[in-house]
This record gives sequence, structure tokens and C-alpha cells, in this order.
Amino acid sequence: MNDFQTFFAMGGYGAYVWPAYGLTALAFIAMLGWTVTTLKARRREEQGLSAAGRARRGRREAKS
Amino acid sequence: MTTARIPLLHRYANPAAFGRLSAQILPWTAGASAILLGLGLYFGLFASPPDYQQGNTVRIMYVHVPAAIMSEVVYGLMAAAAAAGIIWKHALADLFVKAAAPLGAAFTFVCLVAGSLWGKPMWGAWWVWDARLTSELVLFFLYLGYLALVDAFDDPQRGLRAGAILVLVGVVDLPIIKFSVDWWNTLHQPASLITMSGPKMDKSMLLPLFLMIGGFTTFFITMVLMRLESELLARRIRAWRTAAGEE
Repeated sequence: MNDFQTFFAMGGYGAYVWPAYGLTALAFIAMLGWTVTTLKARRREEQGLSAAGRARRGRREAKS
Repeated sequence: MTTARIPLLHRYANPAAFGRLSAQILPWTAGASAILLGLGLYFGLFASPPDYQQGNTVRIMYVHVPAAIMSEVVYGLMAAAAAAGIIWKHALADLFVKAAAPLGAAFTFVCLVAGSLWGKPMWGAWWVWDARLTSELVLFFLYLGYLALVDAFDDPQRGLRAGAILVLVGVVDLPIIKFSVDWWNTLHQPASLITMSGPKMDKSMLLPLFLMIGGFTTFFITMVLMRLESELLARRIRAWRTAAGEE
């Protein structure tokens, strides 16, 4: 066995060690992905709504 | 003193002000997290020895223990924020509880599954109903219960309040988890990091463990700041919609 295989075998415990690290990595990626996409979407939506809100206020003030 | 502090905190309930503050902190916590996790993985997987009894399964510790610590610390912070939200009615405190909950749930899930993957080769069982494992599972259900409850009301404010009460009631589980290994006979090993006589672990294993704990903590800070800004924006979005609907 070369070094690479020895490393992945983890002394015969690879089937337990790697899933533990894999799951942790997945959990971190999920937290990061969900958090960033939600934040970006909300920033966009808030910008749109606040622009529309300011436009309404402007029209109201122009009428009166 | 208190009166001077409250307006300052209220200023950061404004999403724009909060966004500016967190934009200054985020690069540092995100960078620190990436570096600490990278070093932690290197030392945890390559540059540390296998345990003399547990062999390479000890490497599961470097994700299991930080996740376990985060599961309790995050819940403790949520409970403190829930109390602050009820006492001082501060919007940021209530929203912090909601922002942190999914992260705490994820850490608890990682702790349970990684622990299970460690238990099978070392104890011969994926799961045993002993005090430590059961109380940690209860913590997971507390997180899920909070997440279900907080969105179960038409009025978001009522959801936050109901959730805060649940979090405060559930806080009794934290000392049970911590002391379960001393109070009952369990398969789970007793504390080896925080003991009266200091850590009972070799430096070669303490280093990757502390690196990973630091990496998990800074990752949590990064995520919770972004999620708090998201929650503040959601509140602002609801306010704009209400304003548009009233005309």
C-alpha cells in the first residue's frame, strides 16, 4: 500500500472517520449556502420595495 | 449607563446600520474561520498521532467535540438573548434567537451523527440510550421545536415570543448534558478538556481540537451576523409591504 491508501484506510477505520468529516463538511456548506442566498435575496427584495416606497411618496408629494 | 446603552443597540436594529457594522466584522471572522478550519483539518487528519487505544477513530473527536460545544454554547446564547428579549423588548435579541437556531440545530446534528460514527467501532453500538446521548438528543428536539414554533404564528412577533419561552424552559437541559457523565453511569467518556486538573489530553491532540473549536466558533459568528441582517431585512420587507397595502 502506498501512503495515499494508508491515509484513506485510517487504520481500518476509514468507513467511520470519513463519513464523520464528510457530514461536517456538508453541514457547513449547507449553512453557508443557505445563509448567503437568503441574505442576497432579501437585500434585493428590500432594495426594490424601498425604491417603490420612495417613488410612491414622491408621487404623493407631487400631487399635493 | 443603561439608558446610554439602549439607544446605541437600537441603532443597530436598523438593517442598514447593522449591515455596515457586520460588513466590518465579517471579513475578519470569515478569514479566521477559513484559516483555523484549514489548520485544524491538517493537524487533525495528518499531523497528529492515532490514539493508543482508539486508533484513528480519535480523529472523529476533532469534529464531534467542537460540534458538541457549539450545540451547547449556541443554545446558551439563545437563552440569554431570549431572556434579554423578554425583559428589555429589544428587537435584535429576539431576532438573534431566530438567526442562531438553525445553526445550533446543525451543530447538534453533526455532534450526534459523528458521535454515532465513533460509537459503532468503539462501543459496538451506533446508539445507546444513556444520559449523555439522550440529553443531547433532547437538545436537538428543542432546536427543532423552536424552529417549528417560531414560524407557526401569523404575527411574527408572537412567534418570536413563544419561541423565546420555549428556549428558556429548555435551558434546564444544558446542565443535564454537561453533568450527565458525572451523575449517571454512562458509556460516554467523562470530560477530558475542562476538568479541575486541566485538560487530560496530549498537546498533539489538543492543538487540532482547539483549532477546530476556534474554526467552528468563528464560522458561527460569521453565519449568525449574516442571518441577523437577513432577519432585519425580512422585518423591513414586511413593513414596506404593509405600507404599500394600506394605500
